[in-house]
Amino acid sequence: MTFDRRQALALVPLGLVGAAGFAFWRMLDRMEVGKFDPHDIGNPMLGKKVPPFAMPGLRGAPGFSAADLQAAAAQGPVLVNFFASWCIPCAEEADLLGQLTAEGMVFWGVTYEDKPDAVEAYLGKYGNPYKRLANDANGRVAIDWGVYGVPETFLIDRNGVVRWHKAGPLTDDAVRTELRPAMRAVA
Amino acid sequence: MIPELGNYALALAVCLSLAQAVMGIWGAGRRDARMMAATPGLAIGQFLALAAAAGALVWAAVHDDFSVTNIAENSSTLKPLLYKITGTWGNHEGSILLWGLILAVCGAAVSLAGGNLPTALRARVLGVLGGTSCGFLLFALTTSNPFLRSWPPVDEGAGMNPLLQDPGLAFHPPILYTGYVGFAVPFAFAVAALIEGRIDAAWGRWVRPWALTSWCFLTCGIALGSWWAYYELGWGGYWFWDPVENASLMPWLTGTALVHSAIVVEKRESLKIWTVLLAIGTFSFSLSGTFLVRSGILNSVHSFANDPARGIFILALLGLLIGGSLALFALRAPRLASGGVFAPISREGALILNNIFLCTICAVVVVGTMYPPFADLLFGLKISVGAPFFNATVLPLALPLFAAMAVGPLLPWKRAKLWPVVVHAWWAGLAALVVSGFCVIGMKIIPALAFGLATWIILGSFAEVVERTMLFRTPVASSVRRARGLPTAVLGAALAHAGVGVTIAGLAGSSLSTQTIVSEKLGDTFKASGYDVTLVDLADRTGPNYNSRVATLLVARNGVPKMVLYPSRRNFTIQHQTTYDVAIHTNFLWDIYAVLGDEHNGEAVIRFHVNVLAPWIWLGAAIMALGGALSLADRRLRVGAPARARLVVTA
Repeated sequence: MTFDRRQALALVPLGLVGAAGFAFWRMLDRMEVGKFDPHDIGNPMLGKKVPPFAMPGLRGAPGFSAADLQAAAAQGPVLVNFFASWCIPCAEEADLLGQLTAEGMVFWGVTYEDKPDAVEAYLGKYGNPYKRLANDANGRVAIDWGVYGVPETFLIDRNGVVRWHKAGPLTDDAVRTELRPAMRAVA
Repeated sequence: MIPELGNYALALAVCLSLAQAVMGIWGAGRRDARMMAATPGLAIGQFLALAAAAGALVWAAVHDDFSVTNIAENSSTLKPLLYKITGTWGNHEGSILLWGLILAVCGAAVSLAGGNLPTALRARVLGVLGGTSCGFLLFALTTSNPFLRSWPPVDEGAGMNPLLQDPGLAFHPPILYTGYVGFAVPFAFAVAALIEGRIDAAWGRWVRPWALTSWCFLTCGIALGSWWAYYELGWGGYWFWDPVENASLMPWLTGTALVHSAIVVEKRESLKIWTVLLAIGTFSFSLSGTFLVRSGILNSVHSFANDPARGIFILALLGLLIGGSLALFALRAPRLASGGVFAPISREGALILNNIFLCTICAVVVVGTMYPPFADLLFGLKISVGAPFFNATVLPLALPLFAAMAVGPLLPWKRAKLWPVVVHAWWAGLAALVVSGFCVIGMKIIPALAFGLATWIILGSFAEVVERTMLFRTPVASSVRRARGLPTAVLGAALAHAGVGVTIAGLAGSSLSTQTIVSEKLGDTFKASGYDVTLVDLADRTGPNYNSRVATLLVARNGVPKMVLYPSRRNFTIQHQTTYDVAIHTNFLWDIYAVLGDEHNGEAVIRFHVNVLAPWIWLGAAIMALGGALSLADRRLRVGAPARARLVVTA
């Protein structure tokens, strides 16, 4: 039997499934020894420099770029917070962000897939803790940052490296057990 | 005693399914008429045994037999009767049993309805179904037996997850599973055809009703799940690109492709190899969907059987079934006679376009769902893929599919010209442009485009009906007569396509939706999207197994009271878990959606949404399933059509 193109093509699905099956088996294997935790929402940016980007602000106001962020972070750690006016957990953490800003933490906000009107109404209602604000209207920058969903907060150290992140709203608990130790570590 | 009988019935079903597999496949291979003739009886026997086993589990749940571990862990005396019954499939062990039962129903249905299939083909189909069944029932018996006892029995059960205590979710698993498992029949037909090495138009005709039935159930199951997420989770959303949702979307996408490509096999004896691959692929996705999610590999809020040991068993079983069928495919498919070449602009060309887009979308969903765990495993990369990825990738692929959807059914077979067809649907296109143009004022471009597409699909879907009934061109009576003579499959297809349009309109409506979050004192009034909402009352109530806090919201518009909403927060006493009972008032154009959040310092957090066209999302899915059912009712599709046609003539 000669081995032609048709036969090679027919083998492709089997090959794909074989590879997937092997990978699944390895995952299960490592889950048993506790080396693999699929429930850990990680972030590809941890330990890396922030990706290059430049975003406008709302209604033609100046936004910020990766260079701006790095320059500011060189003076002291900056927290980048992705949020949206349509996001309920964002509104829930808004109060806490205000308190942390009052303590002297620096938040830079990125509005994710949002309209300027809605953002302004939102900031008017829940307060504006952000030192600078940029608008990621189509969500492209969020993809580069590996944002899982809004809200998500990133801690940038003096070298412009992402040192910590939190997917989901900040809570008192998370601030005490995660954010403050992380802030101390980069200070 | 009864649980032991259930255990026995489960073991009996394993033996019967094994016999069914051996007699079906080996018997057909040896052309042994007696062995082949035994398979339908075995399939029905297996169904009866599993029905008895499921009945025994329900009996134990209804009688609060807490010596059965599964009942003690998932039920309680306080649970309402309905949820005692539906709770039997709301946990891992019970859901596996339900899975097996539905597979047995499929086997029994093939036995009873497949009287005019060639004997060898029917035996092989039943053999494959029996083998599949045997594997999963063994899994149930050895690793997930719902009938295990624990001694001494506890006085009170642990109760079920309160989120599952809901009528919508009670019937979500059986419907979704019927969709998943139903695709086992096209899978069995595909494997049987590969063993025989022969596929013809008749094969396409036999497979299609099974694929279509499963597709209808899967559509309803997914819609029910998303509806549940909408009204029970209280987040105001309906689709979260959660791995479990994606896992149900994958077989739906390939299943939709299968339903369409089988038409080409039936009408043009072409696309055979591809259709076989789709049949295998759809069931493979169903299997992976139900089981890999459960193994806990996928990061999901739904998975409730986090046990890697069970995962290894299931993975071996999946490897055997999927790997085995694909190995057979690699061996046999190249030798199947391939169909003729055909023009890109033709009905079959349009159906291929449909398949290409659907499968590409499926591939995107697979990659988005599976890449993060794979990348973590292979390269140690932590990657998160969420809604931004899926929204950015699926939408551009879906748009051309939707645009082509209305034109496809209008194209004649073999060779066609696009322009005359587009001319036939000019009024649909014009309406779509008008709607788009109207919407673009004050809306973003994508929602405006989506509303236009929805109009195009809904109207265009009926273009064929209009064309064939010569509506508006002949007297109405003549059109009605023509409509009566129209095959129901044509109406069904039009309806199913229109359902897609309705769902798209519903999805696009979410861009117009508004939401307001406020913290209110008793008696306060807030404004939201033109409504004045007053918090009139906050009261405590006691339910059968929960305490609830109910808010009374008076909703008025321009000073005229419109409705009273009662959103509530339920605290389930046994599990110490809180659920939100959303208050929804719908007029089928928009939903008024209110959620009562936490209270502090005498203020209650209230979320108030106006979800424009939200009911259309599920209405569209229901219309799709109805269209599928209508198409099933077509005489031409039913097996045994020639005999019935003769009967009609003599009558």
